[in-house]
Amino acid sequence: MNQADFDVETLLARLENSLREELARRRLDDPAMIGVHTGGAWIAEVLHRRLGLSEPLGYLDISFYRDDYPQSGMNPDVRASKLPFRVDGRNIVLIDDVLYTGRTVRAALNEIFDYGRPAEIVLGVLIDRNGRQIPIQADCIGGRVELEPGRRIKLTGPEPLQLTMRAGGR
Amino acid sequence: MSVTAAADIQLTASGRLRHFLTIEGLSRELLTRIMDTAESFAGVTAQNVKKVPLLRGKTVVNLFFENSTRTRTTFELAAKRLSADVLNINIATSATSKGESLLDTIRNLEAMHVDMFVVRHAQSGAAHFIARHVAPHISVLNAGDGRHAHPTQAMLDVFTIRRAKGGFAGLKVAIVGDILHSRVARSEIWALNTLGVDEVRVVAPKTLLPAHVEALGVVPYHDLNEGLRDVDVVIMLRLQLERMGSAFIPSEHEYFQRFGLTEKRLEKARPDVIVMHPGPINRGIEIDSAIADGPRSVILQQVTHGIAVRMAVMSMAMHAGPDLEVPV
Repeated sequence: MNQADFDVETLLARLENSLREELARRRLDDPAMIGVHTGGAWIAEVLHRRLGLSEPLGYLDISFYRDDYPQSGMNPDVRASKLPFRVDGRNIVLIDDVLYTGRTVRAALNEIFDYGRPAEIVLGVLIDRNGRQIPIQADCIGGRVELEPGRRIKLTGPEPLQLTMRAGGR
Repeated sequence: MSVTAAADIQLTASGRLRHFLTIEGLSRELLTRIMDTAESFAGVTAQNVKKVPLLRGKTVVNLFFENSTRTRTTFELAAKRLSADVLNINIATSATSKGESLLDTIRNLEAMHVDMFVVRHAQSGAAHFIARHVAPHISVLNAGDGRHAHPTQAMLDVFTIRRAKGGFAGLKVAIVGDILHSRVARSEIWALNTLGVDEVRVVAPKTLLPAHVEALGVVPYHDLNEGLRDVDVVIMLRLQLERMGSAFIPSEHEYFQRFGLTEKRLEKARPDVIVMHPGPINRGIEIDSAIADGPRSVILQQVTHGIAVRMAVMSMAMHAGPDLEVPV
């Protein structure tokens, strides 16, 4: 991935196109979109507007569903999850910023199923990077990047949305 | 128990909640974080499955040496909504009544690999005592000790105030009734002053106010009409008839005449005043039914908020280990 690929606008446009194709291919009309706090929510807000979805955007804070809670304790910046629509039978587009270990998506799926039984879920991420620890893959991606173990890529925002690389940590 | 000693035992070296024993010595930031976390848990009731897996596999022991229905059931529901297993131990009918010491009871429960004690005891300092002696992985939450403290009740009260009023700056709060016997009042006074309300008043007959109550940072009133003037929040306390002999008040009837909350008296307060009560209420003794059931009453919201606040405190105290860097 070269420097140009770090342009968030380019990645967003690719993700948007990929989502349009995937939704059309699977004939998922009128889906509901959910963004994962915090970076995924910023991305979802943009995509929700551009795709012209009618249902209000949903937000998930997966802090209560994380599997590393025994090691890391309570996230001090936990926010309320808000799904302002019925999940039962819905087609859902789940959006996160960076797909890395897969654990966040696992937690998000568990939380969604505690709200109801969705029909289909499409996973869209801005960046797909190496380092998966559980078998979860995105349906739609903005771009891919190979990073050395320990290197992190992080979305900052919401104005402006920027991707930065750094070593380790959260 | 001095402020520093209480704070020392409640917090980890990095300032995280390990036990929750008293509001005394806790910072405004920590109290705010508890309320913010409770706000998130309040949303869990919107789920089909009203549970989150945070404390899956953990065992919470409700250790109640004193009767309680509301506090014990809301602690139990809070633990269950966090997916913990809950053990309710009614001490009145258990081994302590056969002569087993408190520490022996604790050691036996520790041997069953439990993770958290929720303690209510008639003796002030009981929860501190247990916290000082439990195994390092166990958290102790105070669910009311003697006349000393009832910190989760105070937190659900300030959470209710924040939800109704949006914040604490500029608020005048009157706490009315049996201040002398009330652990709730003591914890509320600490919480309200830490969160920066404009003024905390205590309104009671002289016999039901502790000596030197001003030292707690409150303004004492002995006349309810005066004490209610321009307040934003009224917290009524239960007259603890079971804790007092006949010497404290002339009669329940006369108490209601002088200190009972009625519509007419409430006119002295601000028009958007909210009325709170930790329950159980003595209708017609400290509060008129028309007020308790009326539009300004938030008494049942307090009960609902009690669950979210207790979920917040439980989840924050459990695993208060050092922060580790983990990949998301």
